[in-house]
Amino acid sequence: MHPLVEAKPGQKLLLLGNEAIVRGALEAGLKIGAAYPGTPSSEIGNNLFQIQHELPGLYFEFSTNEKVATEVAAAAAASGLRSLTCMKHVGLNVAADALMTLAYIGVQGGMVIVVADDPSCHSSQNEQDSRYYARLSGLPLLEPATPEEAYQMTRFAFELSEKLELPVLLRTTTRVSHARGVVKVGEMPSYDKPVKGKFEKDIRRWVPIPAVARERHKVLLEKMKEAETLAESASWNFVYGNGTLGIITSSVAANYVYDAFQELNIDEKIRVLTLGFTHPWPTKLIAEFLSQVEKVLVVEELEPYLEEAARVVAQREGFKVDILGKYSGHLPRYFEFDPGQVKEAIARAFSLDLPQPETPDVSWVPDLPPRPPTLCPGCPHRETYNVIKDVLKDLGQLENTIFPTDIGCYTLGILPPIQMADYLICMGSSVGSPCGFSVATDQRIVSFIGDSTFFHAGLSPLASAVFNKHNFTLVVLDNETTAMTGHQPVPSQELRPKVLEDRPRIDIAEVVKALGVKNVVTINPYQKEKAKEAVRPILEKNELSVIIAKAPCVLYRARLAKKK
Amino acid sequence: MKKLRILTVGVGGQGILLFSKILGEACLKADIPVAMSEVHGMAQRGGVVETNIVMGGIKSPLIAKGEADVLVGLEPVETLRALPRTRKGTVIVSSTDPVVPQIVKDGFAKYPELPPLFEKLKELFNKVYLFPGEQLAREAGTSRALNVVTLGALTGTGILPFSKEDMVEAIKSTVKPQFLEANLKAFELGFNAVTA
Ligand SMILES: Cc1ncc(C[n+]2csc(CCOP(=O)(O)OP(=O)(O)O)c2C)c(N)n1
Ligand code: SF4
Repeated sequence: MHPLVEAKPGQKLLLLGNEAIVRGALEAGLKIGAAYPGTPSSEIGNNLFQIQHELPGLYFEFSTNEKVATEVAAAAAASGLRSLTCMKHVGLNVAADALMTLAYIGVQGGMVIVVADDPSCHSSQNEQDSRYYARLSGLPLLEPATPEEAYQMTRFAFELSEKLELPVLLRTTTRVSHARGVVKVGEMPSYDKPVKGKFEKDIRRWVPIPAVARERHKVLLEKMKEAETLAESASWNFVYGNGTLGIITSSVAANYVYDAFQELNIDEKIRVLTLGFTHPWPTKLIAEFLSQVEKVLVVEELEPYLEEAARVVAQREGFKVDILGKYSGHLPRYFEFDPGQVKEAIARAFSLDLPQPETPDVSWVPDLPPRPPTLCPGCPHRETYNVIKDVLKDLGQLENTIFPTDIGCYTLGILPPIQMADYLICMGSSVGSPCGFSVATDQRIVSFIGDSTFFHAGLSPLASAVFNKHNFTLVVLDNETTAMTGHQPVPSQELRPKVLEDRPRIDIAEVVKALGVKNVVTINPYQKEKAKEAVRPILEKNELSVIIAKAPCVLYRARLAKKK
Repeated sequence: MKKLRILTVGVGGQGILLFSKILGEACLKADIPVAMSEVHGMAQRGGVVETNIVMGGIKSPLIAKGEADVLVGLEPVETLRALPRTRKGTVIVSSTDPVVPQIVKDGFAKYPELPPLFEKLKELFNKVYLFPGEQLAREAGTSRALNVVTLGALTGTGILPFSKEDMVEAIKSTVKPQFLEANLKAFELGFNAVTA
């Protein structure tokens, strides 16, 4: 049995933040889950995917992108069932269109949207602060600081969602999702049989034509008032310490503040407002706190989200309190924090003595060789890159070619000796950007996209390319899996886990042809000479073309063989 | 309870996540408050991997510059790279067997001469425990047990706030049965390497 299912009430487990969210959701009676993977959120989907095969009462799917997953979960919640979707921060950009109007129509069953931010870009292309989506959409926002809190807040989030009839955003960061901590688990409801909801029609609620949308916007604003009242008294928002100096903090930074507080012995000088329910801003609570201090330091990673809350409240109340944080330069707006940095900021803001650790002199350590991440030995992507490079070299076109790329293991093609990655924005941009390059330049364009990314965001730009007669070659790297994020399924895969054997297979070559691409060829990149022969006529022509490089990820193949 | 911060560094594929999980499970068994964090994803494709483990009621799952009480290295260059996170008195526990990066094999960077650097380490820190981790793992029957050899060495230093038995129990409950025998042997070899 899966350890997250097996655990008995009262048992203590050492859980990743993401695992804690899964257990919390199961205890809350989650019925339908849907997600597209993305670090640091992926273990939530991976675990639910495994667990559903043990629990008849749970449905989970990997959808083709975050917007689809959000719509799946939204419809389940509209039918009265508890649902969840999870994604990395940039996934919420993809789901944002759904999010903004889902806030208007709301839910019946509780719906939780987990969004995992990645300060310092450990495995991401930006470090956006997704808390602003809560402000943009009007949805309630919870920010756990530890796995334990992630577990508790997930359970609470379903209650809150049902009370307000709104989806609730649960925002983690890498250091919450990938932290491990002790969680004492509770009781799980029965999952013995599938449960169906019922969708009650109500066009004045569920169909936001302008007349309905205008009304629902007002409803949302009323609900935000109710949510603010709940935030004011939520146990996730609390104060400790005394004194006329203050700190406001949230998420993992709250831990750094807590430890600094213990270490610096400042409980008579400083009081701390820790916030976990952070949208709507609990403005009364913040006002009460600000009225007790002369100076306050806001300690939060990324954007000055709470700092702006404090400034708004101070202005509204006419307080003269000195607010320090990002704007004052005490803490940066980029990268994740560490405990030392937070301690220093506190000491500097409040002129405290900071005992410095005696650090050893390490000037004798020579320059150490770096270890950039690399493609695995035997990775098919490397072979494909070499085939394309050789043919372009033969044609004298290598220097003249732009290589737009996309997101996946194959992005590592940026590094020597391959160096075939020139331009990237986000998932799917390998198909949209060549449309622009092909009208803006006379350069040749060969772009690269993975199979999972192709289904995520490659289909509609390819239709656009065909219709608008753009001219480039797209190489689809069909390695049978979503490798980068831990080998989740792809609709085109032939090699698949037993549990997916009954699902239809969508052939990429067929899809591409059906979209109207005339020049399509499939190669096996390991058969180098044969592959070059097949690719050459395609690259000699100057027309829209698609090359499908088909060979499984070596890690995925090995892992699957072990399971079977 | 005494607070303890253990920084563990290594290379993707060395089993550092399992190392940390076993250490955490041992804390759980011994009822010692523990928090930790790890980095998944891109970092695992042959890159540098680190985990932070804090015990005794510390909440921050991250160890800053000058904060590590113990630095555990599964690879010697990674041990050296992490030295700015140590302070005077940090206990160093490190395997001496190198994993040469591809970039060195390709001739774009140099791997340093290790023995003189080990001497420097011993001059600078009072407690330095070095052991040939991969060699011991192979002796135990599988080179993949480097992580458990290292657990043995860390346990052997006596700095952990729980017993050797707690650690062995944690290994038994975490490692797959078919690999258990080799791993228990690996643990003993690591333990003896620093206590003998
Ligand atoms: C909008 C968005 N969602 C998710 C991710 C996380 N992510 C990075 S790469 C990737 C998919 C990689 O799969 P594939 O395209 O098949 O390439 P492979 O890694 O298998 O080579 C995902 C899901 C992301 N970067 N952006
Ligand atoms: S995980 Fe698979 S796709 Fe990714 S680098 Fe390794 S072999 Fe290539």
